[in-house]
Amino acid sequence: MTAAPDRPVFDWTYAREVLPTLMDGLAITVQATLLGMALAVTLGLVLALMRRAPLRPVSWTAALVIEFVRSTPLLMQLFFLFYVLPVTGVRFSPLTTGVLGLGVHYAAYCAEVYRAGLESVPRGQWEAALALNLGRWRTMRDVILPQAIPPIVPALGNYFVAMFKDTPLLSAITVVELLQASKIAGSATFRYTEPLTLVGAIFLGLSLAAAWAVRRVSASGR
Amino acid sequence: MSASVTLENVRKRYGEVEVLRGLDLHIPAGQTVALIGPSGSGKSTLLRLLMTLERPDAGRILIDGESMWTRPQGGTEAPAGASHVRRVRGKIGMVFQHFNLFPHMTALRNVAEAPRHVLGLGRDEAEQRAREYLDMVGLGDKLDQYPGKLSGGQKQRVGIARALAMRPEIMLFDEVTSALDPELVGGVLEIMRELSARRTMTMIIVTHQMKFAERSSDRTLFFEGGRIVEDGPSAQVFGQPAEARTRQFLDAVIDA
Repeated sequence: MTAAPDRPVFDWTYAREVLPTLMDGLAITVQATLLGMALAVTLGLVLALMRRAPLRPVSWTAALVIEFVRSTPLLMQLFFLFYVLPVTGVRFSPLTTGVLGLGVHYAAYCAEVYRAGLESVPRGQWEAALALNLGRWRTMRDVILPQAIPPIVPALGNYFVAMFKDTPLLSAITVVELLQASKIAGSATFRYTEPLTLVGAIFLGLSLAAAWAVRRVSASGR
Repeated sequence: MSASVTLENVRKRYGEVEVLRGLDLHIPAGQTVALIGPSGSGKSTLLRLLMTLERPDAGRILIDGESMWTRPQGGTEAPAGASHVRRVRGKIGMVFQHFNLFPHMTALRNVAEAPRHVLGLGRDEAEQRAREYLDMVGLGDKLDQYPGKLSGGQKQRVGIARALAMRPEIMLFDEVTSALDPELVGGVLEIMRELSARRTMTMIIVTHQMKFAERSSDRTLFFEGGRIVEDGPSAQVFGQPAEARTRQFLDAVIDA
């Protein structure tokens, strides 16, 4: 073995050296998560509302999209967006593709969460809104959603953390996110311990912070 | 302004159960009608049909002579579009047994919401109107309270104010005191009595408060098994019911 006997198990100097590279990766990871989640909660709501639409073709389309996305692996969906979509002439940057993939994938899960939230609103609320002659959109916006969303914030928060931890999959479509950044740093020196340990610590720290933030938000909502 | 209500052979079934079996009824504008009868007799279903919460399986419902779900077209009746139903629905208001207030809105917003977003009043005007009606039901000091902080009686008065603020021509009251503690019933009935005395609306009241029905309504309908068994001036229906079945029912509930 070639490792120098005097080398420490964890070299703090080296760790400090790779940190800037990792921070660049982290910036990408955070971007992908925030944008991906923004897309997921928006598109998820749209899918959930489409699913309830009285028009059959609309609700079936939504159901099909949700089923398809939930029943196929995220990595396959990313490959599809990255390798197949450009064939049709639609070309995005790797990061945009990643955000799109994460967003659509988690939108399907968020749609199911929204559905549960919408179903939890008592029927009397819909009836009162109808009796007051409120329109469909107004009923949704002012009466139903403000009651449907607060109870599902924790569930959406779980998906937020899950998506954050899924971002390394974007490395498969050439996005240099946090984990990939550490791998690149490690392969330059053949020393993986420090970068990987740091990545683990960062994921752990941020996941815990996010979970805490979600708890705070859902507690303030009631 | 008040409107008349006419039902022509209205039928409604839920699964195997036929809840309304060919109802014919005319209620002139401005009348206050009490609907009494055992539970499951179809009284509440009639209100739900009038509020367009349900559609009749057969027959026609006319508000001021205008059919609710159909429009004349080339000599026959064609299904009416959503905007027609919405316009007719705009003449009708409803107060619910379980209040159905919007729990995330203050009393003021509960009442102002529909005037603002359905009638298109400005924010100030809608809130002004909401204040007036909440004042009228004695809740002028509870404007900023959320329903969760109100007693049952207060909730129901907000419910009444909310329906009134739309200035309906027909008001439907669906067992509005059934979910209230006994000591809170009086205040709600008092408001309804005043409204009835003003004669500005047609009022249809499903109730188990027999005294109230007798004293405050012009006319009482006794329902059983999806049919109107007895129909007459309230004093007569309660004083000398023509049908044996009505007498039995009244004896049973008044003893209870």
